[in-house]
Amino acid sequence: MSELSVDHLLGIKYLKREDIELIFETADHFKEVINRPIKKVPSLRDITIANLFFENSTRTRLSFELAEKRLSADVINFSAAQSSVKKGETLIDTVNNILSMKVDMVVMRHPNPGAGVFLSKNVKASIINAGDGAHEHPTQALLDSYSIRERLGDVEGKNVVIVGDILHSRVALSNIFALQLQGANVKVCGPKTLIPKYIGNLGVGVETDLRKALEWCDVANMLRVQNERMDISYFPSTREYTQQYGVSKALLDSLDKEIVIMHPGPINRGVEITSDVADSKQAIILNQVENGVAVRMAVVYLLASKIKQ
Amino acid sequence: MSQKVLLSAKEINIILHRLACQLIENHLDFKDTVLIGIQPRGTFVAERLKKILVEEYNISEVKLGYLDITFYRDDFRRGSKPLEANKTKIDFVVEDKKVVFVDDVLYTGRSIRAALTAIQSFGRPSEIELLTLIDRRFSRHLPIQPDYRGRQVDAINQEKVRVMWEEQEGEDKVYLVIK
Repeated sequence: MSELSVDHLLGIKYLKREDIELIFETADHFKEVINRPIKKVPSLRDITIANLFFENSTRTRLSFELAEKRLSADVINFSAAQSSVKKGETLIDTVNNILSMKVDMVVMRHPNPGAGVFLSKNVKASIINAGDGAHEHPTQALLDSYSIRERLGDVEGKNVVIVGDILHSRVALSNIFALQLQGANVKVCGPKTLIPKYIGNLGVGVETDLRKALEWCDVANMLRVQNERMDISYFPSTREYTQQYGVSKALLDSLDKEIVIMHPGPINRGVEITSDVADSKQAIILNQVENGVAVRMAVVYLLASKIKQ
Repeated sequence: MSQKVLLSAKEINIILHRLACQLIENHLDFKDTVLIGIQPRGTFVAERLKKILVEEYNISEVKLGYLDITFYRDDFRRGSKPLEANKTKIDFVVEDKKVVFVDDVLYTGRSIRAALTAIQSFGRPSEIELLTLIDRRFSRHLPIQPDYRGRQVDAINQEKVRVMWEEQEGEDKVYLVIK
């Protein structure tokens, strides 16, 4: 296969396994490109991309912007804090105004789940979802799987546990879809209050004991506790959370195998993982960031190649 | 669709030896020279040349790299089929080196135009030459000509030159395919 089956990247659940394989093969080429003395290719010089961030982001926005620039696309950035959204403009109006400036592709982060899908049905542009509320964050899941594939050779058959705040996490949901699509076994682990009630329907196991989860897995993806999305208290104190669900070097060393530690960032050092874990060889957190640029270049490139001239 | 043989295995072998000798004439011991096979099909020519240079003319070290030009092509989003990339592998510095691009067929010259841009990402070569097994005369879109040519062919646009290699297709042969 040499073409994606979709015209937008709205979520992993809309992708086929072959799409993911094509994205990874393309990302391999771009990873080689971004390690050259000159890290840029001219492919997308006639494409203009708008990055619309209605919610705060540092690494995803920078990663997308860098990926777009390395492909030579023209890039415009927009963040809700300085925009007319505050003056009452609707999402469709905002985007159509931007599109009338001849923009071909929109990368959007939005606090509402489904914002990307809604936009893709109402405007004429290729849409990439860079996170919609607690729904999906497809490029994060792709770069996570890509990093597992890089470290362990393959994703198929691997045991992956996602630890922490599953309830508020779009990273968790996209990862579950992506990992299962590639034939990995997935469990989630965290306090019961932070695990969605019907998560079992997705075919993932639930484990509330962190040690058991770590003993089972090849890879542990540690999520951040999203205090900003919590309207009520889900656990008694951060200290108690750390004691039960924080990963320390001592805990890792007490396992009879070496597991891979991932984190989508930003890390709360000393909460979900300790500093010595974050900086250890087992952690591939910074590899994830590097791979993020290559994977996003692949996604942008493959979607751009489907835009009609 | 019909096809006729342009070059047999024996003729290809003779031509490759001649091209190798012409390269030695200009580059002697290949100390400051690197061969770059243009992906996907130039790599076969480049590997054969390297083999001849090393095994039959005792050149101790011939540096060989592969360059993929997909992301530098000027027809992105213009064709009906999506472009497929291949591996780039250049494990040496091209800065101040004499680079020889090696390809199987020179047709419009657009691939070589893309390769000239692509190689800049790896440094500034002191000079760049072009070697091609088949040179399709009269079909250039750009002012690009080979420095070393195996065989010049007059083919009209409806015809296609197919170069087959033993390691890939099971035989060494060059066909002119008439659609």
